[in-house]
Amino acid sequence: MTTTEIPFLLELVIAFFLLIGALVALLGSIGLARLPDFYTRLHAPTKASTLGVGCTLLGSLLYFSFINEGISVQEGLITLFLFVTAPVSAHMMAKAALHRRVRCVRRTRNVPWEGDES
Amino acid sequence: MIAAVIPIALTLFAIGVLLNLYRLAKGPDITDRILALDTLMINSIALIVLADIQMQLGIIFEAALLIALMGFVGTVAMTKYLLRGDVIE
Amino acid sequence: MKHLAYWLPRPLFSLFLAVLWLFLMNTVSIAHILLGLVLGVAIPFITQGFWPEQARAGHPLLVLRYVRAFLWDLLCSNLVVARRILGRTRHLQPGFVLYPVELDDEFAITVLASTISLTPGTVSTHYDAAQHTLLIHVLHLEDEEVLIQQIKTRYERPLQEMFQ
Repeated sequence: MTTTEIPFLLELVIAFFLLIGALVALLGSIGLARLPDFYTRLHAPTKASTLGVGCTLLGSLLYFSFINEGISVQEGLITLFLFVTAPVSAHMMAKAALHRRVRCVRRTRNVPWEGDES
Repeated sequence: MIAAVIPIALTLFAIGVLLNLYRLAKGPDITDRILALDTLMINSIALIVLADIQMQLGIIFEAALLIALMGFVGTVAMTKYLLRGDVIE
Repeated sequence: MKHLAYWLPRPLFSLFLAVLWLFLMNTVSIAHILLGLVLGVAIPFITQGFWPEQARAGHPLLVLRYVRAFLWDLLCSNLVVARRILGRTRHLQPGFVLYPVELDDEFAITVLASTISLTPGTVSTHYDAAQHTLLIHVLHLEDEEVLIQQIKTRYERPLQEMFQ
């Protein structure tokens, strides 16, 4: 099957979703690589990567819904699953980091364990 | 147009994966490494889906779903181990 | 009626599982509908011992409005976080905020914490059940009071309406 069968507008929308998704997810990875401490790093993947992959999956959903002439809901399921689990794993990782008292940038305000150490 | 966009998107995700690997190798604390693995998992799902569109298969959602499940369970298990020193109580 | 409540502890959850099974299989044949219904009845029945508390569903219209507001905020927050990531990281002022939770329902608190994690530059890190507080890490903290008020009016009030 060739991609020329897809109407131009739909093709534009799918390409838009795939490109934006990839850009946003790359942003999340850049944030993961360059932000200064663990707690700030946590922000980038939980938001950006989830939204980016969500956009990519949405593009794929539109594409396969058209190609196979039926709505393919499985991408929707993966997206939903990612959106439900991302905050949970972020919460668990933050909890673990707090438990281990992972060092944070010195200018961080209201560090919870500041009072009882040193 | 889609045929032109997919290689670009694949490249962007590949750069993302390289950045995750950098954090995985460097990460000062073990929580950084867990976070890098979690992000790696999310990016690999996107890579799988893009490759699926590229190759016109439409059959590897099961793989993507499995990676999503395993990645989540793995992340939670590792953090649980850090928190309690035990995975199953 | 007692028997029905015994065999079907969570009717909505059972329906959700059956529909989820059909989505997973991507087909609507009689055999899969039956299998989905069997799973939908069996799984809540077997696992109900693990989660005794009952989660209530809110009014569908309110849920839709909340989801719409949430998706919009998700997009906006991603733009904001993107600017922070690409900009100079030296000017970031990260901080922790202790947020007083007013909700009682455990499910509602879970939804609130998840929403906070996915929207503007905040990640919920620790929930203290005794003190009813949620410890939030903020990527760029400007004013604590403003942030707390914002979360209160945008997310907690609608959730309160939904679950009470």
